[in-house]
Amino acid sequence: MIRLADAPFDPAAELGRFCAGRTESGAVASFIGIARGEQGQATALELEAYPGFTEAEIARCAEAAAARFSLQDVLIVHRWGRIAPGEPIVLVATASAHRREAFEACDYLMDYLKSRAPFWKKEHGPAGPRWVEPTARDLDDLARWG
Amino acid sequence: MRVLLFGRLGDIAGWRERTLDPAPASLAALKAMLAREDLPLAQALDGPGVQAAVDKRIVRGETTLADSAEVAFLPPMSGG
Repeated sequence: MIRLADAPFDPAAELGRFCAGRTESGAVASFIGIARGEQGQATALELEAYPGFTEAEIARCAEAAAARFSLQDVLIVHRWGRIAPGEPIVLVATASAHRREAFEACDYLMDYLKSRAPFWKKEHGPAGPRWVEPTARDLDDLARWG
Repeated sequence: MRVLLFGRLGDIAGWRERTLDPAPASLAALKAMLAREDLPLAQALDGPGVQAAVDKRIVRGETTLADSAEVAFLPPMSGG
């Protein structure tokens, strides 16, 4: 399931629901991304999304990941709007029969989200706002998957 | 036609959404129209990594546009 959230969400509750009743999933892996304060240099993040398009593009990638890593299920919750330091930005959870596929799919999905998911990220700080684009490291991370 | 600008493109133009009537008949005509009013925006639209989507589908290269089209210009994306 793919969900965009315009207000803070509770990753533990989301993960609890995702795990509930899984008698055939041997493994659930998860990742939570949290907004960094950068020692006061980042007072807030502002994420812009393209409603309709953003969810559809993420869903397309989640389907590709499910096929590639033999996943049983995927959950992605992604914030948009204004996000304060310490608030979760993203939760990715993957369920599979065995742990390796769940770990790798989680890693893959995060590399995709960092550089390809339709969000535009503005960091607010004492020096004013600036748009954040994928770093060379982000692009190298994505290239690992071919 | 609706035209949407995302990320830094909206800051450069000073708007994020506009309705055009009459509507340009192609992506090239739309860009030419925008370039006549706002050269910095036109340069940004041709900048590295900027993609166009028509009716929420990425298009590569030139395309014709329906009057009812929704055209979005998307600078490099970054989530997570």
